[in-house]
Parts: sequence; structure tokens; C-alpha cells
Amino acid sequence: MAEYLDEIAGVAKPEKGDVEIGNYTINFGPQHPAAHGVLRLVMELDGEIIERLDPHVGLLHRGTEKLIEYKTYAQALPYFDRLDYCSPMCMEHSYVLAVEKLLDIEVPIRAQYLRVLFAELTRISNHMLNLGSHVMDVGAMTPNLWLFEIREDCLNFFERVCGARMHHNYLRPGGVHQDAPLSLLADLAEWLDTRLPRLFEDAISLVAENRIFKQRNVDIAIVSREDAIKWGFSGPMIRGAGIPWDLRKSQPYEVYDRMEFDVPVGTRGDCYDRFMVRVEEVRQSARIMKQCLAQMPEGPIASSDRKVVPPKRAEMKQSMEALIHHFKLYTEGYHVPAGEVYVATESPKGEFGVYLVSDGTNKPYRCKIRPTAFSHLQAMDFMSRGHMLADTTAILGALDIVFGECDR
Amino acid sequence: MKSPAPKFASNEGMIDAIGAALGDMVVHAYEGAFEVTVTLDRERLVEAMIALRDTKGLEYQQLMEIAGVDYPEREERFEVVYCLLSLTRNHRIKVKVLTDEVKPVPSVTGIWPVAGWLEREVYDMYGVLFEGNADLRRILTDYGFTGHPQRKDFPLTGYVELRYSEEEKRVVYSPVELAQDFRNFDFMSPWEGAQYILPGDEKAGDPPAPPPGDKKETSPPPAATTPKTSDSTADTGAGKPGPDAGPEPKKGRAKK
Repeated sequence: MAEYLDEIAGVAKPEKGDVEIGNYTINFGPQHPAAHGVLRLVMELDGEIIERLDPHVGLLHRGTEKLIEYKTYAQALPYFDRLDYCSPMCMEHSYVLAVEKLLDIEVPIRAQYLRVLFAELTRISNHMLNLGSHVMDVGAMTPNLWLFEIREDCLNFFERVCGARMHHNYLRPGGVHQDAPLSLLADLAEWLDTRLPRLFEDAISLVAENRIFKQRNVDIAIVSREDAIKWGFSGPMIRGAGIPWDLRKSQPYEVYDRMEFDVPVGTRGDCYDRFMVRVEEVRQSARIMKQCLAQMPEGPIASSDRKVVPPKRAEMKQSMEALIHHFKLYTEGYHVPAGEVYVATESPKGEFGVYLVSDGTNKPYRCKIRPTAFSHLQAMDFMSRGHMLADTTAILGALDIVFGECDR
Repeated sequence: MKSPAPKFASNEGMIDAIGAALGDMVVHAYEGAFEVTVTLDRERLVEAMIALRDTKGLEYQQLMEIAGVDYPEREERFEVVYCLLSLTRNHRIKVKVLTDEVKPVPSVTGIWPVAGWLEREVYDMYGVLFEGNADLRRILTDYGFTGHPQRKDFPLTGYVELRYSEEEKRVVYSPVELAQDFRNFDFMSPWEGAQYILPGDEKAGDPPAPPPGDKKETSPPPAATTPKTSDSTADTGAGKPGPDAGPEPKKGRAKK
């Protein structure tokens, strides 16, 4: 027995004079607090330096696209809330715009303002989560708690407008589900003027110029402009790399062409730039929201096309025609003309697109969702090469990835 | 365009410009739903994509998305749709190639490295092969998964389900068991598009009755094999299909 073991040990033992070297291969995740969900990274390390990195995604794959093919257009909408559960309203946005593009229906101006208003509120709440978790990943605790206070406010506003804190199902093809009460809009305006800047600027002042935070982020994972284009970057990632590209500016949808706002751009393309781009975006979002509140006219909040937008319940109790429309729209739904569109909006994480193929029936023939995380996470391999193991969390934090959206 | 969807640069003249730059690589091009869609020759896809990226006046620098679509009734059943974006011209187009289960599509990873994962996803979901993609593994489905779930002939419920086995102390796969039949209602109007036989229409397919003057051979109409009834719960799959399943007898109002 002992001889046998010696023999094995002899095989593995290096010859005299040889030095045994080898790369470690380690697993990061699938359950890791800094992985922001279920991400498995297979890392090849030389000491503490990352040689190669292979992200394994799909652990949260729920077959959303397949399910949508079996649902009517109205029933498919709630699935979008469950994609990027940190910014659900912006997920719905791409989908309703795609359906509206196929139907080619007009949306009342107040509904467009409401959509923009709450899309920007979603952007703020998303960035609160991302900025907070990013600073927590690199070692700071306090800002995250403060930023979560803002996020909590945002969720309360969502609850007041649509009744749900996270899975809103608020934007509907043709408009929005219900009007925002005046008291909510007044409270929003007050919040934007007082509470948001105070809490936000306080929290950011702790990290923006912080020496430790800068040491962990500056010059980490630099992405050049060429790489950003080649790897299909969008949103804060492409702006962090120095390309002033914002779909709200360049391809305005809804009433974004009436809004005045600046597009922040990074200079070095590192993790710190991406962080600061998001910080500035929060301020710009607040600016857009204030303009929305100032300009929003009175009027209907959904299209009057009764073949698409169901009547309100109260009306249904009074009018026979409304009852018929209500029944038809909630059972059969509406038929969308055959065609195919790719509609992309600026979600807080980047370009979120929906490629929708309709065959003229009441269900989508194909609904391909373009997640922002897919291209960003794929680029993580070249971004982290040559960096230390501990930088992974900073890089991952600055990518802003949510797996509900990445894996669908 | 009446809808508030994103507005990018005009599509006017784009089909001609693409046709001029790509020549006979374009199989078909059309503008529908305010977007330009170009179908290209599969064999020369890479060459055409480089032209789309580098030709002045086209300049589609970014590949945003690759989507697969399955049309089982076609000879080449899969469409692979590339969504391209021009940052300088602020324009989007869709580029399509057609393929089937065995004909490989040339990979565009050499032009856009982002295509690596996007092609992996189309392979995973549809089984489309990409020639030249060095890393064509599955991406979203489980390790060791078989089949391509986005194909139209793959059932929504799948074939296997996963559970934790208390006996074996590990997660096991077993064939999927449904507590009730999968129901997929069709909403086609019975006057327009229904493909099935409506209840009571069973005899509609029989040859028309002979004209009254012609009395060579008269046979009684064939008796319907199944009597016309309304759907029982056994047909719809609701509840437990058993010998006693059937329409519930109508009950009178509750006695006071």
C-alpha cells in the first residue's frame, strides 16, 4: 500500500531543478455577493493576475421569449418587468414602442410626458442601486445605505402611480394604464428640489473624491472608443469610453426632443469614468423630470382607439359598447399588422431593444429581446485581462449587470 | 410615423445605396414598418458586412443584435437577423440571411467580436451553425441540454423537468409531467381563418347531395360517427378526465 502511494507521488514530483508552475482556475460564483445575481466566472489566474475569464451565463434563463410567443400582446407586457427588475419601466418602454410602431397609433401627449417622467425616475432608482452596490463592492458601506433611501422613495412613487413597487405593468400600448394624481406630481416636484439633491450629493461627496475609491477604480479596465464600438457597447458604457451617444438625444422617442439635458462623456474609459457618467446622469434625469412636470399638459392618458386600448372599468359598467370592447381586448386581445420592427430605447443600462415579428395574429410570432448586459459581459474577458482578482468586482460593478435581463 | 417610437435618419434612398454598394449580394430589400430590411446571399455575408461597415454613406459601425426566427414551413426554415446601427449617420437597418439546420452561416466575429455570444445564442436556441465561430458552445440553456428550445416544434413545456430527489440526495431530471393538458386557445374568427372543423360542421366536407332529378342511386346520408355535443371537460382538459367527466348537470337555484 505504501509503495503504491509512493509510486504515485513519484510521478507527480518534479524532477530535480524544475520549478513547478501552473495557473489556478477558480470559480467566481454562481453565488457570490458581488456577482449581482447568478453569474459564474471561470477565471484562470497567474498568482493574482487574471489571465483569462470565461463568464457562464444562463443560470436565470426562464424562456421569456418562448413564453411571449404563447401570450397575447397585452399578456406579454408583464414579462418585461421581470427582465431587468431594477429598471422595469424602461423594459416595458421598448416593448410598448415596438407594438405601437407596428400598429402605428398615436399616443396622447400627456401619456408621453408621463412615460418620460417615470422612465427617468426609473433611471434614478436603477442608478441608485448600481452606484450603491458598486461602492459597496470596492469596500465602502455608508453611501449604499444612503442611496437606498432614495431608491425607497422612488419605489414609493411608483407604488403611488401604478400600485406596484417593482413590477409595474404601467406603460401600455397606446398610453399608460392610469393617470398620475396631482398630489403625486406635486410631491415629486418637491422631492426633486429638496430631498433628492441633498441625499444624493451627500452620498456622492463621500466617494467621488475619495482616495481609496479612486485607487480601486481609476485606470481599471480601460476601454478605447474603437473597442467600445466593436464590442457593441451602449449606454453609460459607450459614453464612459468617450463617445457621446445617447438614444434619447440622437433618436428621440416620446417627448425627449422637447427636453433639455446634457450627455455626460468619460475621458479615459475606465471604471471611474463609468461611475461618474452614471452620477451625472442622475442629475440630468432630475432635470428632465422637472421639465416634464413643468410642461405636462392636461388631457387623455391613452389613445382613444378602442380597438387597442380597453375602456376603463367604470365606463364598462355603463356602456354596452365598452363592455364588448373590454371583453374582446382582455380575451382575444388586438391583432397587430404583420411586419417586423427593431425598437431600441435608452434604458439605464444601455440600449435595450425589442425585435418584434408579427404575423397578423393576436400573439407575437417572435419577440427577441436585446439585453444590454450581453455585449458588456462578453467584453469582460478582455477588460479584466492583466488586472488583479480583486478588480473583478469593480469591473463588474461598473458594467451594471442584472441577470434577469441578461439571461431572460 | 404617428407612433412615438425612436426617430432616426430617413430611410429614403437607403435601399438604392445598399444595392449600389453590395450589387448582387442583395437577394431582396424592402422597407416595411418604417424600417429597411435587406436579405443577403448567405455565402457572401462577411464580404457584404464589411462593405456595409466601410462604404461611405452606409457606415454601419455597430452590430447590436442577432436574432433567429423559425419558419418551419419554409424550405430554409431559419432567418438570422442582424440589427446594424450607424453611429455617424444615425440609422438602423436589419440584415437577414436564410439557412436551415445543416447549412452553416459564415461567422461575423472577425468584423464584430460582439457577434461571438450573439451567434452562440442563435445556435443554442435554433441550432443554426456558424462557420468560423471558434467558441460555438451553448450559452443560455443548462449544461448538457439537448434540443433547441426556440424552434417552433419544441414544446413550451419542454421535455424534462428538474427536481431534488430526497432518495438520491441530488438534483435529478425526469420527463415532464403535467397536472393538466397544455391548452393553447386559438382566437381565429370561425368565419375567417379557422382551420379546424367547427362543432356541427362535420358533414360540410361531404359531397353535396345529388340534384333532385337524378335518382339513380340514393343512399341515406352516412350517420355521423360521433354525435354532436358540446365540449366535455375531457375534451378541454379541465379538471380530472375520468369516466364521470362531462358537462356538469345544470343545477337549479339554491333552495331557500
